Amino acid sequence: MDTRQHHNLGDVVLRVEGVHKTYGDNHVLRGVSLQMRRGETKVVIGPSGTGKSTLLRCINQLTVPDQGRVWLGDCEITSRKEDINCARAQIGFVFQSFNLFTHLTALHNVRIAPMKVSRMTKAEATKLAMTELERVGLADKAEAYPAELSGGQQQRVSIARALAMSPKLILFDEPTSALDPELIGEVLEVMVSLAKEGMTMLVVSHEMGFARAVADEIIFMEGGGILEQGPPEQLFRNPEHARTGEFLNKITELYGE
Amino acid sequence: MGFFEFAGEILPTLLRATVTTLQLTAGSIALGFVAGILLSLGRVYGPAPVRWLAGGYIAFFRGTPLLAQLLLVYFGLPPYLSMIGIRIPAMVAAIIGLGLNSAAYQAEYFRGAVQSIQSGQMQAARSIGLSRLKAIRHVILPQALRLVIPAWSNELIYTIKYSSLAYFVGISELTFAGKKIALHTANTFQVYLVVAAIYLVIVLGVSRLLFLLEDRVRVPGLGTGGTRFERSR
Repeated sequence: MDTRQHHNLGDVVLRVEGVHKTYGDNHVLRGVSLQMRRGETKVVIGPSGTGKSTLLRCINQLTVPDQGRVWLGDCEITSRKEDINCARAQIGFVFQSFNLFTHLTALHNVRIAPMKVSRMTKAEATKLAMTELERVGLADKAEAYPAELSGGQQQRVSIARALAMSPKLILFDEPTSALDPELIGEVLEVMVSLAKEGMTMLVVSHEMGFARAVADEIIFMEGGGILEQGPPEQLFRNPEHARTGEFLNKITELYGE
Repeated sequence: MGFFEFAGEILPTLLRATVTTLQLTAGSIALGFVAGILLSLGRVYGPAPVRWLAGGYIAFFRGTPLLAQLLLVYFGLPPYLSMIGIRIPAMVAAIIGLGLNSAAYQAEYFRGAVQSIQSGQMQAARSIGLSRLKAIRHVILPQALRLVIPAWSNELIYTIKYSSLAYFVGISELTFAGKKIALHTANTFQVYLVVAAIYLVIVLGVSRLLFLLEDRVRVPGLGTGGTRFERSR
């Protein structure tokens, strides 16, 4: 079901302006700007090495951009005055390689931020963590360690870990690329339901089925910049640039719809 | 008099000295542990001057003889300390000397363990809003300390045995006590046999304890499989 038209245009949650990042001679991001309104889902696609992941990491400052600004609501998080830990606590990040804390059970992975960052009591944090694990369908795995979970389950726990901080938006960095094909569905299912619940999501992914189902916009990046962006149907049927069409055809062939 | 009878006769004296050996070991390993963790974190995460300082400290204490360091602390420190009105007993000087040395070695074990943890762990910790210090405390160290146990057990065993160097600064620890007995008897060989046996018992006991600890804190997917190890061809 297409739910996009039900979104009212919410406040601007995230604003990225003119972000540049260079590694040595490699100018990875060449002035990227974008904006996310509350409840929007945008999917970023583009050839590998084009700066998609770097863009996400520049947003929560895991990578510090050389130039450009990022605002979370009214706060400029690229400003040195802003407490970056506080900003990061409001931005969920889901990694391609899950990065669950190896020494902690699923439950403890989810409750560590509420306890150590938000200073919730153990009882409150545990209750919250159980709720989030239920939300991703893994309440029965609360006591399992990451190594005892499948990749799909690990990724769902990592989504629960992000959700536990009630983030203003969640950044997904190729959340299904490291998964066996039969495990991709369970993760996408969780992401689709989040999008429908109105979570603001910026997703780097080539899962076009997901993009067509829930994305308000697809952003096509190439050569360190945004070449084209728009609603999925527009980009699929009527791309402005030939490159966009070619790329969409290629990934649709590879990943299916 | 047979060996066992003789051993039984000197054992009480040696066991009293063993207590001193254990105190020396416990004090210096604890000092070395705390200082070693700080040094390793300074070396991995610190700004350049901290990294150099930590590196210099480690180079000095690993690069000069332990005995020389002990003598430096024992004879070198008191004149300065007495100027500010502090007198340190020989036992404290020995623990400081052994501990400062152990810190350098422990720091390198900890550094290896900290650096073997995948960078994604730190990134994930920072991404949920933990400060770097909290990330180290709640994510990096709990993993690194589990990983370090097998290598670190070397350091503990060395410290037990090197504590005998405290004898040069006049501490009556196990080896010194043995030497004193040996001076007054013809059974020198047998005295040292008993001394060696006591060290061996301590080392085996401590190794066993660390092995149990390793098993106790083991987490699936982190570090060694211990004895449960699948052999490949």
